[in-house]
Amino acid sequence: MSATELHVHNPVEDLLRQDRIPTIWCPGCGIGTSVNSFAHALLKQDIDLGKTAIVSGIGCSGRVSGYMNLDSFHTTHGRAIPFATGLKLARPELNVIVYSGDGDLASIGGNHLIHAARRNIDILVVCINNMIYAMTGGQAAATTPGSALSTTTPYGAFEPELNLVQLVDAAGACFVARWTAYHVVQLERTLEKALRKKGFRFVEVLSPCPTYFQRKNNLGDALQAMLDYKKRSRIQHGCPTWETALTPGGPIIVGEFVDREREDYLTRMRKQLGPHYSEFPPQLEESEPEGCSKEC
Amino acid sequence: MHADPRTVLTGTHFINGDAACCEGALAAGARYAAGYPITPSTEIVERFAARAPEVGGLFIQMEDEIASSIVIQGMVWGGQKAFTVTSGPGFSLMMEHIGLAAMTETPVVFVDVQRGGPSTGLPTLPSQGDMMQARFGSHGDYAVIALSPNSPQECFDLTIKAFNLAEEFRVPVMFMMDECMGHMTEKVVIPPADQIEVRPRRHTTRPPGQFRPYEPGPDLVPEMAHAGEGHKIYVTGLTHDRRGYPSLNAAAQRELVTRLLEKIRRAAERLVMVETDQIEGAEVVVVSYGITSRVALRAVQEARARGIKVGTLRLICVWPFPEKLIRELARKVKALVMPELNMGQVVIELERCAAGQCKVIGVPHPGGTVHDPAEILEAIERGAQ
Amino acid sequence: MPKGTVAITAERCKGCGFCVEFCPTHVLELSSAFNAKGYHPPHMVAPEKCSGCNLCGMYCPDFAIFGFRFSANGESKGATK
Repeated sequence: MSATELHVHNPVEDLLRQDRIPTIWCPGCGIGTSVNSFAHALLKQDIDLGKTAIVSGIGCSGRVSGYMNLDSFHTTHGRAIPFATGLKLARPELNVIVYSGDGDLASIGGNHLIHAARRNIDILVVCINNMIYAMTGGQAAATTPGSALSTTTPYGAFEPELNLVQLVDAAGACFVARWTAYHVVQLERTLEKALRKKGFRFVEVLSPCPTYFQRKNNLGDALQAMLDYKKRSRIQHGCPTWETALTPGGPIIVGEFVDREREDYLTRMRKQLGPHYSEFPPQLEESEPEGCSKEC
Repeated sequence: MHADPRTVLTGTHFINGDAACCEGALAAGARYAAGYPITPSTEIVERFAARAPEVGGLFIQMEDEIASSIVIQGMVWGGQKAFTVTSGPGFSLMMEHIGLAAMTETPVVFVDVQRGGPSTGLPTLPSQGDMMQARFGSHGDYAVIALSPNSPQECFDLTIKAFNLAEEFRVPVMFMMDECMGHMTEKVVIPPADQIEVRPRRHTTRPPGQFRPYEPGPDLVPEMAHAGEGHKIYVTGLTHDRRGYPSLNAAAQRELVTRLLEKIRRAAERLVMVETDQIEGAEVVVVSYGITSRVALRAVQEARARGIKVGTLRLICVWPFPEKLIRELARKVKALVMPELNMGQVVIELERCAAGQCKVIGVPHPGGTVHDPAEILEAIERGAQ
Repeated sequence: MPKGTVAITAERCKGCGFCVEFCPTHVLELSSAFNAKGYHPPHMVAPEKCSGCNLCGMYCPDFAIFGFRFSANGESKGATK
């Protein structure tokens, strides 16, 4: 019996804008895989999806916001986090998720990443790390492992890569984790947990980029990248983030590294202001029509 | 709709333009602001940071002006009125997000307290050097509205106007102050809240499922919905269709960009905001804006004493430029004289509109101080010949 | 009677092979046929082994496949609308 006959459908589809599928992603790109884990994690939450907003920057991963059937914001390159900060501050009841790539969040938007973690803005950041600028054609990123080839590092990169989980841990994020596109079930569980937590949460997802990163570095296709993740990954929950650096061919330390309690920005603001904060709702629309009431 | 009395400091005050601008924003219903410290604009957000908790609002000091200029757009899509404040170098950093606001039709206000440039230039001294940047600074074709106050009182009044226009047209509005305006202290009368008109957001009344976020209304401005209201809106800086979905082709680009320009162009007559004096029968009209309009007055008085028929025209709304008005005026006068605290920016637009029908004499000034009225007088005399 | 089955939207498939590789019971293979985009979508070669675990659905980057379980009375369970 087929799915249609049985009236079964893929629950992930409820969270996708059907009229936007197929995606622009290349065959074997891990971004779509991560979206499955994210969608399942969202569906398992007792949260109002009508009050869930997703914000992206620019790049391949930046397209995720536009495929999700949520309030979708596709902003400028690197600036998803400050946009999300504004959304969250203005409407605290929103669940705000930033879904973007390593180049977007950690290079051009690196400063915002640090400061949102420091402020402990109550948002979840999902960072797809494919170690390269893919949308623009395979240029080196701040996460490109040392000596790897890219179109702008034809002799290999001359600079070391950034360890994102260590960076956001140091900046004060209250939840920090890393998985790869291979770890679909673990990623779903971690995202479930991260969605429930308050404060700045950061989940890095290593993803194959078969078109640029894998091909340029003779690392095979996407499937090979996934098998490589399977082989090299070591699950070490609670591992100090300074011991999680990614090295070419070395072990990939994955797991939930940081889970700490810290007052988020708005909680701290309210507490510190105490009676000095007078709460009243914004007056954006006419509350009552002017002139005669309905009765007259 | 009237201003919320809880945010309006009704009364007579002796405050500077920065403080007046802050009070104007609060009266206009802006309870959210973001900024990054930069002279000579910082006093606005310093005051706002102190006032915000009283009105249930919030000021956040961001890590840079790039962040400031987009966090406010998040606030707007979250349902608030919001603004940011800066000066030249920060304004330069904000350009990309002025384009984003124009593209996504986000009603938001950018206050630029202009100082001498380029680069770090003259942090504490005046200039009007950002006028063309305010109009054309971000890449691509778009339209904005730019207002220029010439007194602390106007810093209050026109800030409210700036927010109202942003809401009406769903465009970023540039509030072009200058260091003199920011730091000049004068009497500012803040009227009772029920005498302050405040434009509400053009919020859709359609239920979720029946709302298309970029379906233009009769005046080409679409209705708006916020995040968290069940509409599942899609907002992107990419060229988009009426649903808000990316549509990367020439036809969609033509429809969208044309509308972004046309919604302002169509309203151009309504957006003419000028103050004129004795332009009927004038031989020469001095066209100016902001602090320079006050300096020019001295030269105008002196010229009149010398028997020259001089009128004045002060641009309150600089962008869009009062094209038709200038075209008609150029037919009637010998010369238009335009002093401005830059090396010739808005005068280019004046020349374009005058289209050779009269002399156009710019009185450029690199900034750092205001004009010597004698320079303007000399230009008036040249114009009258 | 298998415990479950998969539903494939062949036209969405980009032929990455994740579903084939990561199916724990080796139910799938890429077919020799092409879809309209020129990719080889998967098909079931051992349907009797399918547990309906949906790991294929979790891995599929293109939302082109998902698995579901049959319930005891022959109806589907889990992701029904």
